[in-house]
Amino acid sequence: MADIKTKNHLLLHVVLISFTVLATYPVLWVLALAFSGQQSVGLIDLPKDPGFIERFRSILPMPAHLSVSNFTEVWTDQDFGRWMWNSAVVSLMTTMLGVFLACTAAYAFSRFRFPGRNTGMLMFLVSQMFPGTLMLIPLFIIIVKWLELGNTYVGLVIVYATTAIPFCVWMLKGYFDTIPYDIEESALIDGASRLTIFWRIILPLAKPAIAITALFSFMTAWNEFILASIFMESELNYTAPVGLRFFVGGFSSQWGYFAAGSVIVSLPVVGLFLHLQKYLISGLTAGSVK
Amino acid sequence: MASIKFDNIGKSYGETEIIKNLNFGVNDGEFMVFVGPSGCGKSTVLRMIAGLETITSGEIRIGDRVVNNVHPKDRDIAMVFQSYALYPHMNVYDNIAFGLKIRKMPDAEIRKRVKDAADLLGLDKLLDRKPKALSGGQRQRVALGRAIVRNPSVFLFDEPLSNLDAELRVQMRAEISKLQHRLNTTTVYVTHDQVEAMTMGQRIAVLRPCTDNPLDTNLMQCGSPMDLYDRPDNIFVARFIGTPRMNVLPARLSDDGTEVELFGGRMPVSDQFREAALRMRGREVMLGIRPEHIGAAHEVDWRLTQPLQGQVEMVELLGHEAILHFKVGDHVLTGRLASHGRLPTPGDTITMQLKCEAIHLFDPVTELRLR
Repeated sequence: MADIKTKNHLLLHVVLISFTVLATYPVLWVLALAFSGQQSVGLIDLPKDPGFIERFRSILPMPAHLSVSNFTEVWTDQDFGRWMWNSAVVSLMTTMLGVFLACTAAYAFSRFRFPGRNTGMLMFLVSQMFPGTLMLIPLFIIIVKWLELGNTYVGLVIVYATTAIPFCVWMLKGYFDTIPYDIEESALIDGASRLTIFWRIILPLAKPAIAITALFSFMTAWNEFILASIFMESELNYTAPVGLRFFVGGFSSQWGYFAAGSVIVSLPVVGLFLHLQKYLISGLTAGSVK
Repeated sequence: MASIKFDNIGKSYGETEIIKNLNFGVNDGEFMVFVGPSGCGKSTVLRMIAGLETITSGEIRIGDRVVNNVHPKDRDIAMVFQSYALYPHMNVYDNIAFGLKIRKMPDAEIRKRVKDAADLLGLDKLLDRKPKALSGGQRQRVALGRAIVRNPSVFLFDEPLSNLDAELRVQMRAEISKLQHRLNTTTVYVTHDQVEAMTMGQRIAVLRPCTDNPLDTNLMQCGSPMDLYDRPDNIFVARFIGTPRMNVLPARLSDDGTEVELFGGRMPVSDQFREAALRMRGREVMLGIRPEHIGAAHEVDWRLTQPLQGQVEMVELLGHEAILHFKVGDHVLTGRLASHGRLPTPGDTITMQLKCEAIHLFDPVTELRLR
């Protein structure tokens, strides 16, 4: 009996470890490239007639030498710092604008009955059915030709916020719907205005959903490449993903810089996720109503 | 404190009328209970007093003021919800103090009022706890604290004990009654439980869902608990108030109107129905009799009785007594037996005695009490 249990346990671990390796292999490869101090994709030079060990060694994500030179050079020799700053400004502005508009819109959709309510929600959903590239030309005409906001933070923020808001509204409305209306009525009788109820009752209770919305808005803006590459023409205004693209392809193949840049670009998202994780808890409304 | 007056109140959702022609009042300092089955509109009326529902027609007055278009916060009311509706992210202190903070009361005054309310309700040791760390009874006390701390003119309770277990419900029932007696604040209490209504209310308003008749109203009767029990205005109230419910059977008045015929036997009409019985002599009536007025011959010493012979269908043993369901003709009647001694079993033939002075007579068409 105990033997069967141990065997099952071992099998389970073998499967789990295999999937872990599969999942982390690409990430480890990027890390290995970033810390290799070199620019080529291959981490070791294979001899002319490689044996099994050499071949196996070549697919292991392990650099021949550890070095942080790729990181330092990305910061000093390239405009990467500037691009990161651009990304940070655009992403934070998108997050703030997106979360603010999505919260207020979702609350209205959740709590008030007004003409066009259902149509409005449906339109938000419909807008999510089309791929982003389909919107490229109309967005370009509106933002660059009409509003003359091409090559500016504001232009890109407007584009990102408008693409992120529909999803955020749907998600937040779903959450607001779960907050018992009795709580609001109770506050209403206690003397609170609608605005007070929204700020002091609803938003604190919706922290988990707001955290997710903020994370989604931030990541939408932080990782986006196509729109940024179209709207930001000047090299100084590139966002980090657009900047990264210029390390490889065309006439350059600086895979080391690319990997180091990728690691740096992913750090804020990881940090933000860890920071917001504490809000991603269920049961905030526990104890409010039976 | 303030009185509440309903003047021809109506409430519709589109074509559907929920409340119709509601006319009555709650006196200053009175404990009024709205009772009725699901869908009778009792919570809607309460929410109209609170300002959480709009009024389609008529006027509601709190004190001397028509409040139809007054915002809930300006009505000087406090409400306790069935679901407690506590603010889950605030501790007990902040929950109770919220309404006072919103009204920008000085901190010292808030602290004093919260402390007084907490002492009164036994919450003084729980002020730092969040609602999720409280039991059902404690949560309900916090909801009460939140209501009393504002010292409002009117308390509104919307089935506040429905979520509590039986024992706690009895305990909280007594606490709310004592609290109201002590504060002497006008109180409207909604419940579907007629035991709660009987034990708590100074007056009870019995409501039922309204019909399509334009002259109809939801209000079936409004009066003291014993008024409703002893002199129900109609069959609905007669059946709704009292557990087990009143037996209502078809009967006939004799041709001279002095006797009522039931299952072939004859009983004299009591004084209170004499005039009406004369007017309706020779006609069908509905006869109401409470289960406690049908008993075994050896257990009762009533002056005038009418024997009823039937077959036992079921016996419910309650400890101090037993409820007997027995069939006479096509009708199943409910009577009462002392629980000690030999109890009949289903299928037995039994003869029970009906107390003649305790019968109620109703018009079979209008279902109103004969007057």
